Amino acid sequence: MADHAKPRMLPRYRTSERMNHWMIALTFVLAALSGLALFHPSMFFFVNFFGGGAWTRILHPFIGILMFAGFLVLFLRLAKDNILNREDREWLAHSTDLLAGRKDRLPPAGKYNGAQKVVFWLMALSLLVLIVTGVMFWRPYFEHAFSIPLQRAAVLAHSIAAFVLILTTIVHIYAAIWVKGTIRAMTRGTVTEGWAKANHPLWYRRMVGQRESTAKR
Amino acid sequence: MASLQSLAIAARSATTTASPSIRQSPPIAKLIDESKCIGCKACQVACMNWNDLRDEVGHNDGVYDNPRDLTPASWTVMKFFEVEPKQGSLEWLIRKDGCMHCEDPGCLKACPSPGAIVKYANGIVDFISENCIGCGYCVKGCPFDVPRISEADNKAYKCTLCSDRVSVGLEPACVKTCPTGAIGYGTKADMVAYAEKRVGELKERGFQNAGLYNPQGVGGTHVMYVLKHADRPELEDLPKDPTISPMVSLWKGIAKPLAVAGMVGAAVVGFFHYMKVGPVEEVANADDVPDPPGLPGNGTTRPVSNDQGNRHG
Repeated sequence: MADHAKPRMLPRYRTSERMNHWMIALTFVLAALSGLALFHPSMFFFVNFFGGGAWTRILHPFIGILMFAGFLVLFLRLAKDNILNREDREWLAHSTDLLAGRKDRLPPAGKYNGAQKVVFWLMALSLLVLIVTGVMFWRPYFEHAFSIPLQRAAVLAHSIAAFVLILTTIVHIYAAIWVKGTIRAMTRGTVTEGWAKANHPLWYRRMVGQRESTAKR
Repeated sequence: MASLQSLAIAARSATTTASPSIRQSPPIAKLIDESKCIGCKACQVACMNWNDLRDEVGHNDGVYDNPRDLTPASWTVMKFFEVEPKQGSLEWLIRKDGCMHCEDPGCLKACPSPGAIVKYANGIVDFISENCIGCGYCVKGCPFDVPRISEADNKAYKCTLCSDRVSVGLEPACVKTCPTGAIGYGTKADMVAYAEKRVGELKERGFQNAGLYNPQGVGGTHVMYVLKHADRPELEDLPKDPTISPMVSLWKGIAKPLAVAGMVGAAVVGFFHYMKVGPVEEVANADDVPDPPGLPGNGTTRPVSNDQGNRHG
């Protein structure tokens, strides 16, 4: 079979990065389900996935700690790739064009585009708020260290941060489904060159350049 | 409390539909007249006796209050205050502390577990322990700092206003036992009328600021006090104008439907966006992808090497 029939691939995520990502994803689903169960009566039935109301209350904070720890690793790995620059702001200004399907009007993106960077920082920020406020009313271990008025502020901030995180994650998941060829970056670790060139041209150029210079050496 | 079959439930925690409420009942109230209280603690004993509670024996702090505060197994506690409402006039005030049974209960509003807190038609706010999950939200919801969570079983406890006695036509145990008649019990209307009479008597005796403590910020309460200094309830650690914290109201009020609508809405918008605009299709081969506009120094160097994947890690 001729080589050109198979699309050429570029590496995007290492195995350890992907496992890290999916560990966060799984703990997110569990933390979100258990948290939503206690947030609104319409979702209280989610406690059945965790062995009842008391078990949901017991498990939720531990799941949250795991998610935070997982995200901390991802954060340290990817923070430098997610610093917003002037091009990203311009990209974001054109994001309505993207949603309307007029992709050609967007300025070229690097490894991450402006929206992905915003998603990254919103997740980081909301998780930080979640962990800090969550500890403040974690029964029975840490609650006693905080006054009741402080705990009231904490539960409110915890709910708002969770809402932001869930909305951001919906956007994150939708973007992955919407832009075809994206999900394999996290399931297989590679993307096609065509995907990279179309969606992350600056990153594509850098990756191809790197590969050529390695090949010449 | 255990759950009793009741058809007179005015409100139920974490429940968005109507509760069984076909049976009507007039609102009742307990009236604590501090001017008649001698601090004998018979009510504390009656409470532990009827409810079969035995708190841990603590230690004496050198004051009359014992235990010092409400606990999961002490649902009512006499609190003693040495105060000087006027310069040079020492007064010893004694207040029987416990659940106020709010008309608009903050604990019930905050509780996430369906049916773990109920308010009966007669106004009693009761914890149905079998549904309690031990989250402590009721503690945050309460404007009076009343619910206590047991370290042994992680359930919340407080005064039930003897809902089990009241439901069969008996008065609460503390009322039954009070030797001076400082604790009254009856319909709320009767208790308010009686309190007004007592307030008038106290005023005649020189307590100009005597009054009924039935705070309207929580819709009134089903445990009320006749206070000698009703203008300054804080003398006895009672909040002057208690309300459910705005934090709790926001969190358990508008935030709930708004957040659910936001999250469900985002998913629905995503779904319809996909159906309308369609996905961004993938073109696998870079050569078939037009050079993106605005790429500085665009040479589109076709990669020469043909190593596949090149995955590291």
